[in-house]
Amino acid sequence: MISFSRVYKRYPGGFEALRDISLAIADGDMVFITGHSGAGKSTLLKLMAAIERPTSGSVLINGQNVGTLRPRAIPFLRRNFGLIFQDHKLLFDRTVFENVVLPLSIVGYERRDAARRVRAALDKVGLLAKEKAYPVTLSGGEQQRLAIARAIVHRPAMLLADEPTGNLDAAYAGELGELCKSFNQVGVTVVIATHDEHLAARLKPRLITLRNGALAEAPVEAAA
Amino acid sequence: MRIWLSQHARTLAATLARLVRSPVASLLNVGVIGVALALPVGFHVGLANLQAFASELAAAPQLSLFLALEASASDVAQIDQRLKRHSGVRKYHYISREQALREIKTSTGLADVVESLSHNPLPDAFVVDASDGASQTLEALRDEFKRWPKVAHVQLDSAWAQRLEAVLKLGRLAVLMLGALLAFALIAVTFNTIRLQILTQREEIEIAKLIGATNPFIRRPFLYFGALLGLAGGGAAWLIVLGGVYLLNDGLSDLSRLYGVPLRLHPLTAQDSLSLLLFSAWLGWFGARLSVGRHLSELEFR
Ligand SMILES: Nc1ncnc2c1ncn2[C@@H]1O[C@H](COP(=O)(O)OP(=O)(O)OP(=O)(O)O)[C@@H](O)[C@H]1O
Ligand SMILES: [Mg+2]
Repeated sequence: MISFSRVYKRYPGGFEALRDISLAIADGDMVFITGHSGAGKSTLLKLMAAIERPTSGSVLINGQNVGTLRPRAIPFLRRNFGLIFQDHKLLFDRTVFENVVLPLSIVGYERRDAARRVRAALDKVGLLAKEKAYPVTLSGGEQQRLAIARAIVHRPAMLLADEPTGNLDAAYAGELGELCKSFNQVGVTVVIATHDEHLAARLKPRLITLRNGALAEAPVEAAA
Repeated sequence: MRIWLSQHARTLAATLARLVRSPVASLLNVGVIGVALALPVGFHVGLANLQAFASELAAAPQLSLFLALEASASDVAQIDQRLKRHSGVRKYHYISREQALREIKTSTGLADVVESLSHNPLPDAFVVDASDGASQTLEALRDEFKRWPKVAHVQLDSAWAQRLEAVLKLGRLAVLMLGALLAFALIAVTFNTIRLQILTQREEIEIAKLIGATNPFIRRPFLYFGALLGLAGGGAAWLIVLGGVYLLNDGLSDLSRLYGVPLRLHPLTAQDSLSLLLFSAWLGWFGARLSVGRHLSELEFR
């Protein structure tokens, strides 16, 4: 359960990226956040993952107030999420396998168990053959799929994806859509910030539209 | 608990791999630390050997009893009897004044001076080995002998050992100060090494934090690295000192043949070696700890 109540976010320097956002995303929801470039989509996702703190208002994740969370508790909050960043944030001096295993080593998975899960995740995004490759040798789309594999490898309860289809061709974007849907069907909450209208048309998610940092329509009710 | 252990084991393996992956830089670091630690450790070994040597000598302390010049043969016999019965005396021998004069004549090249003397200025003397080397006992013996009739002067020959002991004490203090300074240097070296590592791994740290790594998880490999660096440096210092002792013993064996005294340096004891390794590992860990505390907080997000 993700809920925003009268959230404002002002970046240092005074720019107000989000204004008076109230919304709720129930467990198992599939939500797209859309809006023009600079509308505040990434900022909204960062607030959910406690990467940024709200300037005012409250962000609740599973009942925990992100704004007042102790710093020591933040890592444990983040482990609930699978995060796909707009700029991927891959480690270029590590192999594909090592990149994907990172979330598991953080949690302390046993090595064999971890390797099995990494391969399963790589298989899902079609990168199993590239396990030993380094990210620089991958195409833009492959890097994006690598980022996705890393986000899903620890089977998070919530998937937050920032422009996950940015570099993918239509076929892979479609596949990614199916992947997200399959996660959603097993109960994962999926939140995707995107411009991709094909994807939206195909998955028929609930839409949250931002315009200049504010919700473009009255806050949509939480899905039943 | 199993997870915790295996995480530590994995970090250790990864840290070792990291040390091996940049062998030149690692060797240089270890070398610097090794040399820095070898200095105080080497001095310590030298002092410990001197100390052993001194206490060996001081373990056979002697007292010299000089009789009054007018002492007669019967006085000498009486003192001889007293010494024979005294429980604090292990053995003793008598040097008559004539014998003492002869020895001076033959052994010192002062023959002319001695010839020119009109009478023998030397007293009769007893040289006494005490059965107990503690300085209190020796001093008590000295005071007791002094009160005997016709004993003019009693000299305690272990006085120089006490003086040496005082010098050694000073030396130990110097070693301690040197050690403290170089321990500081070791901390500085690890501090800086870890700082560079954190800078080069900045991205990795940031990403790990973004996907839920705790601070201890991020700190751990750096702390291990510091401790391993210190440990390896301590090992290097140990080898340097061992090599030094070995080379010196080579030279000393010539010397001891010349002087007919067995001279051999002993290397570090097992206990000292262990303390050296533990202490250097701790210093490395401490330097890393300081560095990580300082530089990771610089990477801290809002
Ligand atoms: N760290 C920051 N410091 C200052 N301003 C920022 C920061 N991050 C974002 N902004 C500003 O906040 C606004 C919203 O940014 P955000 O990244 O949320 O937009 P977005 O909707 O994700 O855009 P895009 O579709 O281009 O990714 C932008 O105008 C941006 O300049
Ligand atoms: Mg964005």
